[in-house]
Order: sequence, then structure tokens, then C-alpha cells
Amino acid sequence: MQLTGADIVVESLKHEGVELVFGYPGGAALHIYDAFHRQDDVEHILVRHEQGATHAADGFARATGKPGVVLVTSGPGVTNAITGIATAYMDSIPMVVLSGQVMKPLIGYDAFQEIDAVGISRPCVKHNFLIQSVEEIAPTIKKAFHVASTGRPGPVLVDIPKDITAEVTTFVYPESIEMRSYPPVKSAQPSEIVAAVEAILNSSQPIVYTGGGVVLANAQEELRQFVRTLGFPCTNTLMGLGAYPHDDPLFLGMLGMHGTYEANMAMNKADLIIAIGARFDDRITGTLNGFAPDAKVLHVDIDPSVIDKNIMSDIAIVGDAKNVLTMMNQELARRAEDVNHELSRDWWAQIQDWRGLDSLWYEPSDSVIKPQFVVQKLFEATAGQAYVTSDVGQHQMYAAQFYGFSDTHRWINSGGLGTMGFGLPAAMGVKFAHRDADVACVTGEGSIQMCIQELATCKQYDLPIKVINLNNRYLGMVRQWQEFSYEKRYSHSYMDSLPDFVKLAESYGHVGMLIDKPADVEAALKEAFAMQDRLVFMDFITDQTENVYPMIEAGKSHSEMRLRPNGPKPE
Amino acid sequence: MRHIISVLLENESGALSRVAGLFSARGYNIDTLTVAPTNDPTLSRLTISTTGDDRRIDQIEKQLGKLVDVVALQDITVNRHLEREVVLVKLIADAQKKADLDRVADAFHAQLIDISESQYIVELSGSNEKVDELLKVLASFQIIEVARSGVTGMTSTERVLKVDNK
Ligand SMILES: Cc1ncc(C[n+]2csc(CCOP(=O)(O)OP(=O)(O)O)c2C)c(N)n1
Repeated sequence: MQLTGADIVVESLKHEGVELVFGYPGGAALHIYDAFHRQDDVEHILVRHEQGATHAADGFARATGKPGVVLVTSGPGVTNAITGIATAYMDSIPMVVLSGQVMKPLIGYDAFQEIDAVGISRPCVKHNFLIQSVEEIAPTIKKAFHVASTGRPGPVLVDIPKDITAEVTTFVYPESIEMRSYPPVKSAQPSEIVAAVEAILNSSQPIVYTGGGVVLANAQEELRQFVRTLGFPCTNTLMGLGAYPHDDPLFLGMLGMHGTYEANMAMNKADLIIAIGARFDDRITGTLNGFAPDAKVLHVDIDPSVIDKNIMSDIAIVGDAKNVLTMMNQELARRAEDVNHELSRDWWAQIQDWRGLDSLWYEPSDSVIKPQFVVQKLFEATAGQAYVTSDVGQHQMYAAQFYGFSDTHRWINSGGLGTMGFGLPAAMGVKFAHRDADVACVTGEGSIQMCIQELATCKQYDLPIKVINLNNRYLGMVRQWQEFSYEKRYSHSYMDSLPDFVKLAESYGHVGMLIDKPADVEAALKEAFAMQDRLVFMDFITDQTENVYPMIEAGKSHSEMRLRPNGPKPE
Repeated sequence: MRHIISVLLENESGALSRVAGLFSARGYNIDTLTVAPTNDPTLSRLTISTTGDDRRIDQIEKQLGKLVDVVALQDITVNRHLEREVVLVKLIADAQKKADLDRVADAFHAQLIDISESQYIVELSGSNEKVDELLKVLASFQIIEVARSGVTGMTSTERVLKVDNK
């Protein structure tokens, strides 16, 4: 079949099973846009800003496990996409970004809308390609999907000069590709599993700490079996929430900077940390000096570079979380009579003590809306079954702490890069993937304004998302840090001149609601979720000075958490 | 500790910048870097000399290994190995000093190339230390230009850096 480069792009996407592409047109991409016009197998979603395209593709990927696909033009199209590419990179999300480039003969001459896309994206992609000839398009797209979605996933950018998309060649989509420099992931050695299980069976103060890797590997069932067989306490990172059910007695909640007292204390006092698909980043460990002084570390990750990077491991296993957990479960079954729940009895007594502190407690109010209360009511209104995206700030932490997740792929947030503006476009991607599910975007009045233009996309494509705006009139997380560390000098953290969000939502053709009394929260949520075919923007006027607790401040360790001043105290 | 890491890299545009970018982004130092195609035209061989403790070197190797263009890599300094660097030193030596220069060149087994009556280029291939040593000795001359190639090397054991050992 003789096809133009542009048609080959679209045909290649079809061969990859792509149904949705999020994008925004421009000169260098116009041949490709013309090819989109000629077919209707792959749907193109026109966003309102390229950042929105990348976050939407990212949200789609997080909710489905399939790579998200983006199409942008050269120059500003690429630079606008960078924030979203970096967001996906930091959280290891599979994504393929196709970017138009100026014509090949013009590359290097500062042509109109020329940017070195491969150069500017290099630090925040798993890999990228500049296509040199029309023959390269199909095999390169094949490689891009392969690299993006295997091993530790990540974004891959394919930059395609405009003239090449007009050239014609025979189209054959390669069945398979070989990349000698991209070997398959190593699988764990049986001897490693035996050693790991030996250490596990001998531990009396264990903790299972899992992250985004378990979500990406779809290893939640294997994790649950592992934890339950052993009767060990389990904690999840911000990226790993949902891997273990929030209401299971073995679950200690989230750990880290705003993790629970019991999760952080258990990390600090453990004799064995079983880390699976998690990378001991600074928001998890606090200061490395005081980190888990007595713990052996068993570290399982698909990416060898994560092992011994921040924390030295005692036993390291490189492999896919699902595989390794399956092998460990088999070894545990073989050694069933050596599993002794008695061994961790004292440990559990200690943990129950810590848990008794109820570190997430907040002071309820019937005069001012507490943000935590909104999230709790959101959980109830959606029976804990919603897909919840968030932006970045206090509201993100309230959502993580108070919306109990029972399943993976439901909690969708920018953990690594911490990108404000992520929530709404990510929710669009989720909604495209799960048309019948409730999708809520928990946001703040600061963050939502960073990609607010996507409300138009939501209208065009009929995406009945529920926006839960926890409006505290502050860049709350910044204000909190200024309260704690800068003697309440609130430098540029007050959000002045806010729009009337109700009118704003209405002007985009959506429903707006203003909720300013605690008594109205529950009914408003019910009403909003009952409107199944409408996007409802819920502007909750919340307590301006509420803070997120507990908190491990910079330079502190797990055992030095800052607890709510008027809350319960440890003995 | 100083380490020399040999890398086989896909001979593709942009591949070198991935390696250089990795080192600068992660704050690893590059003391020297050499690169040239190999007998297999699809592969370049890159030699990086760097310093760091074991943990840092371990990270450098792992991060390099993650680059999709890196086909194979090896820290040659953990084995018996050969390392070579070429240095060219252009200097001025009047008739009086020329005899000294001849002696130095002789002692180091260096080549002497004359460009004019009083200007010479000293050329030496040797280990990093030997090159350092030569430069120290030549400091008593009036040096006008120095070009060092950076280190290249390979193990002098049976271990070979080849395509399948990434
Ligand atoms: C793009 C971007 N810019 C700046 C920041 C730094 N930052 C982190 S949280 C935050 C405040 C967010 O305010 P808001 O969205 O109103 O949420 P709140 O903390 O009040 O819940 C800021 C500015 C960021 N994370 N992302």
C-alpha cells in the first residue's frame, strides 16, 4: 500500500490500537491533521492548550494502563507540551507524543516555529526520535509504543519534519521490532526469592511499603495475597494508593510527608522494610540521616537504577512487581508452616498504639466548611467508587488522606513533578476512558486556573466531570509552609481577584454551584452527581487557615512528625 | 576514585548528547570524554573517565544502562586494563633549550615535530599519569598550546565489551 507519511502516522496509530489522540494543530502538523480528516478510526480530541493534551493523555493512561497519545505542532506546540511530558516522566506513565517539525531542509536555520524538540524534551522523556525519512515513520512509531509501555514506562516523543509527512512510500507495519540496546526486563532469580522470603519470615517488625510500581504492574491482587498471608502491616505511597484497600485492618494509610503517624512510625521502627515498586524519594524518607535506623531493606523494582540510589538495600530484586510478588507468594506457599503471625504480635500492639492517635483527626465545624469534610462526603456520595484526579496543594493531600481507595488506577495525581493544572485535563482523559464512571477532580482555586480553558473541551466532548474546587482563597500549601517556616509572612500566597467560578462555569456551558455552609455540602454533592450528563463545577468556600497534618518538615525524620496542635498527642 | 567507563553507543545523531546530558543533569563529573566510530559502523565507542565513590559509580553505570542508545557498557578500571591518552604540546624552545627538549622527549619516548626554528610540537601517547608527568616537566618551557585527547582504553583481560552484555 502506497501512503503519504501523514497517512502512515495515522495507520500506525491504528495498528497500535489507538482510539484517541489528544492534540492541537499547527503548520508543521497540518499534513497529519489532513490525514486525520480522511478517516474516522482514530478519534482526535481538540484540547485548548497543549499542556491539556498531555495531561489528558496522561490521565487516560493512568486510568487504563494503555499509553496515552498526543499530537502537537512544532515550536510552541512542543514547548507547551513539555510540562505534561515531564509530569508523565516523573510518574513513569506510558505516553507517545508526536510532534510536527519544520521541513528537514530548514532544520537548524531558526525557521519559523522551529525548536529542537528532541533536545528540549531529552531530560524528561524515556526516549525520543527525530524521523529522518518517510520509511522510518512506521518502525519508529512501533518502537515508540514499545519503549513507552514496557519496562519502567515513560513518555516517548517522535518528532516528524513536515516534508516527510508529504512523501510517499509503501506502508507495512512491522510485526515486531528488535532493539539491541533495549533488552527485555530481567526476571528475578529463584535464589533471590528464597533469600528474600527467608528474611521476611524472620522479621518481627516488618512493613510492606509499595508505590506506583505496583499500580503500573497491575500487581494489586498479588500484593494483597502477599500481605494477607503474612499478616504484615502495609503502607502505600501517594502514587501507590489503591493497591491495598484503605479499610483493611492491615493497611496503615499513606506514608511520607503527609502520611499517617502509624505508617511513618512503623517505617522508622521497622526491622525489615519490604519496598515494592517504590523509590524512597525525599517526600517519603524525610531526612536520610534519621531514616529507619534499624531496618534491613528488601527492595524490589523494575528499574535497577532505583535500587541503592537513595537508600542502600540489603536484598535487591530487579523485576516486574507482579512477577516478583507471584514468585514470593509461591515460595511462601511452599514454606507455609514457617509463616508465624505470632512473631509480629508485639509489633502490631505497638502499631495499634500509634494508630490510636488518629493523626488525621481534624476539628469539625458547623460554621465553616472543612476541606477534609468535603472529601469525606465526596467519598460517600460516590460510594468510594469514583475516579479521583487532583491538582497540587493541600487539596491533593486531603484527597489522598480522606478519599479511601480500594482499587488501583482510581487515584490520579501528579506525585513526582507536582504539576498544578494537571487535575482537570487528567479528568478528561479518565472520562474518555470510563464514560460511565464518576470522575471527580479535586482541586484548589489556584490550580484550577492553570488549565481552566479545558472547560471548553469538556463542553465540546460532553464530559460530565465533577470539579470539586476547595476554595480557600489561598495557595494553601504555600501559605502553610509560610505559616510554619516563614513566621506567617504570606508572601504572594493570597489568591486575589478570583473569578466568580459559578458564572465562569456557566459561561462555558456547564453547571456552577457555590457551597459555603457545611450543612449544604452533602446535599450539593448528591445533587451534582445526580446530574449525570452535566459537568458541575462545585465551588466550596472552605476554611482559609486549615492545614494538612501530620507533616514531616524538611530536614526532619519519620519520628519527628508535626502533629495537629489541638489534636491528640502521643504519650 | 577514578573510573574509566567504556560504552558502546548506537551511532545515531543525538546519542552523544544523551550521555552528556545525563552527566550534567545528575551532577556527575566528566573528567574526560572520547568518542569515535568502531569497526562496526553502527556503533560508536565512548570512553568516560570520571570520579566518585562506589555508590556514585554504581548509579552512573545504572543510569547509563537505562539510556536507550547505550548498547553495552563496562567499567574497565575494575579489571586489568590499558589506558591511553594522546597529548600534543606546542612550545617555544630556542637553540639553547632545544637540547633539554630533546632529552625530555627521549626520556618520555615522545615524538618531536618541528614547525619553525623555535617552535615544536611534542607528541606523546601514554597513560593519564604519564601525560600529566610530561606536562609537569614541560612547564619549564614556554608552552603556547596544549591539546589532550582524553582517555581511551580497554581491559587487558579476556572480558570484552560487546553487544550482548548490557
Ligand atoms: C505549576 C506549579 N507552580 C507552582 C507550584 C508550587 N505550589 C505547590 S502547591 C501550591 C498552591 C496550590 O494552591 P491551590 O491550587 O489553591 O491549592 P491549595 O493548596 O490551596 O489546596 C503551589 C503554588 C506547583 N506545584 N506547580
